[in-house]
Amino acid sequence: MITLENINRSFGDKQVLHDLSFDIGDGRMTGFVGSNGSGKTTTMRILLGVLAADSGRILVDGTPITAGHRSAIGYMPEERGLYPKMPIIDQLVYLARFHGLTRQAAKKRGLDLLEQLELKGEPTDTLESVSLGNQQKVQIAAALIHDPQALVLDEPFSGLDPAAVERTLGVLTDFASSGAPVLFSSHQLDLVERLVDDLVIINDGRLVAAGTTTELRRQRSLPEWTLQTDADLGWVRGLPDISVVELDGNWARFTAPNADTAEAVLRKALTVSTVSSFAPHEVALNRLFQEVTQS
Amino acid sequence: MSTTDTTTAADNTRQARVGLNRAGFTTAIGLVIEREIMVRIKSKAFMVSTILSIVLFGVLVGVSGALPSLFSSTDKVAVTSAGAKAVEGIDDIETVEVADVDEAKALITSEEVESAVVESQDSPTGVAVLSLRSAPESLIGALSLTPEVELLDPDAPDPALTYFIGLGLGLVFFMAAMTFGNTIASSVVEEKQSRIVEILLASTSARVLMFGKVIACTILAFAQIGLTAVAVLAGAAISGNDLVLGKVAEPIAWFVPLFIVGFVMVAALYAAAASMVSRTEDLPSTSTPIMMLIFLPYMGVIIFSSNETVMAVLSYIPFSAAVAVPMRVFLGTIEWWEPLVSLFILIVTTLLALLLATRIFERSILKTGPKLTWGQALRR
Repeated sequence: MITLENINRSFGDKQVLHDLSFDIGDGRMTGFVGSNGSGKTTTMRILLGVLAADSGRILVDGTPITAGHRSAIGYMPEERGLYPKMPIIDQLVYLARFHGLTRQAAKKRGLDLLEQLELKGEPTDTLESVSLGNQQKVQIAAALIHDPQALVLDEPFSGLDPAAVERTLGVLTDFASSGAPVLFSSHQLDLVERLVDDLVIINDGRLVAAGTTTELRRQRSLPEWTLQTDADLGWVRGLPDISVVELDGNWARFTAPNADTAEAVLRKALTVSTVSSFAPHEVALNRLFQEVTQS
Repeated sequence: MSTTDTTTAADNTRQARVGLNRAGFTTAIGLVIEREIMVRIKSKAFMVSTILSIVLFGVLVGVSGALPSLFSSTDKVAVTSAGAKAVEGIDDIETVEVADVDEAKALITSEEVESAVVESQDSPTGVAVLSLRSAPESLIGALSLTPEVELLDPDAPDPALTYFIGLGLGLVFFMAAMTFGNTIASSVVEEKQSRIVEILLASTSARVLMFGKVIACTILAFAQIGLTAVAVLAGAAISGNDLVLGKVAEPIAWFVPLFIVGFVMVAALYAAAASMVSRTEDLPSTSTPIMMLIFLPYMGVIIFSSNETVMAVLSYIPFSAAVAVPMRVFLGTIEWWEPLVSLFILIVTTLLALLLATRIFERSILKTGPKLTWGQALRR
């Protein structure tokens, strides 16, 4: 497990991270969400040691992070980049050797990865000569080339077509299921919602919420239910402790302090009409995100 | 490289268990140097320009021995019997015997000969030179009376040669600094622009990247100049041009160390300048001050090559030392300890430049967007 503890960082007079703390659990996909300029990239750079924190510390399984730990992280920065004019396999080998791999081992692993990722084109082609989608595969291969023990990916899905998103997703879930911690940032909340086990939300460099997605839903607002009957549901508005979020004729979405109160609504509905559906409503992360970043 | 590989492999197996496997400082610098050199060697533009400059300089010096004979020509000169005596012993002319002045004039008018030397009562030398439009100066010079010349110091350096040595060494330093300065700068901007620098910084340090590039460029520059020097010496040996071989050996012996150290300084500053911009287009704005630093002392050395005081000052200025010191060694106006002091000053300045450049590089390499000024880069 990787733990960030009270990280602060300023650029000039502007403080971009304020006492930021959160965990990245082993074998868990942790989504890192925040609007543009909220400090996601800075946090990731500090985690990788590309930038230094002004204060605070980072722990790996309880001990302060070392250069060796950092070297065992696979990193994909937001602004992608490799050498455009260098052969694909050569740059993978070059990057791997900084992590202590021998030339032979790096080359073998690089070729294996490119095959796994189904690179269209020769490993000896220059990067600029293959298509953007294939360049993206090389970028993923670059993050995995040294057989990392954790992954940190900044906006791994931005600019990808749906097929590439699926392929990247596959690689990430495989990786996390091997027991390694994975942190990735994204603006695409629908994706995050589908993917992540844990969620970290920051706004203006401050932690707004962190936890499993279920926990967060529970924490942030009263639970919601939806109800569909064959008669008008206007009467739900008048009930005590119940607050209607949305009402559309025979369909209603409402919050209730607990399940018993919600079921009371169902019982009443059964007496006046035929109920076709009644279910707890999962708050979409999109809304959750808007709620927490605007509050 | 093979020894490095085995140690890395050994480290790797030992460290894999605890998850510590980052390449060490020197290994990482080695990797950067290797890549930089391989990229240049595989680049056609670099190889073509290197081979061209080597061949060009070699051939230039090779044919320079034969140059005087290429440019001189033999003039046809009509001579009467009196004239024939006067031109006796003059090289580079072909004489055509004529009977009298009128025949000589006829040959000149028909342009069969350039000029004529005929007897003349009015001339103190007893002969006159006839020609169509202008009299050939070489002929007049040869016919003129020359006062006796006594050389007090036949071995004193030829001012023209001094000037050309200054120009030559200056050009080598200036061109190398400019070319390879720009090479290192574009290599830094390439990594910054393509953002691979962020992946590299996650694997190694900014210092490793900068030092690796500086060392690689110094090796490349020196190899290119060394090969050119070999070509020049070979050309000189072929043409029998002992001038290049003999007198400039000592100045060049000083030029080499001063050049290497001075080049490291320039390369480091170029790397720092490049780290301050995000795009190649912005590069001139931060690298121009460095170019000026190289260019002005270089101009000074050429302009003031005969002014001993200015040259003495220039030989202590780090940017001009590599040219000024060898020139003063050639002129013999330098004390034996002066090149050492100059080298010492240069080494200290270079170390300071490396420190400064590392500082700027580390602070600026991740900054994207508008270019930084030197002031901003240092303050941050």
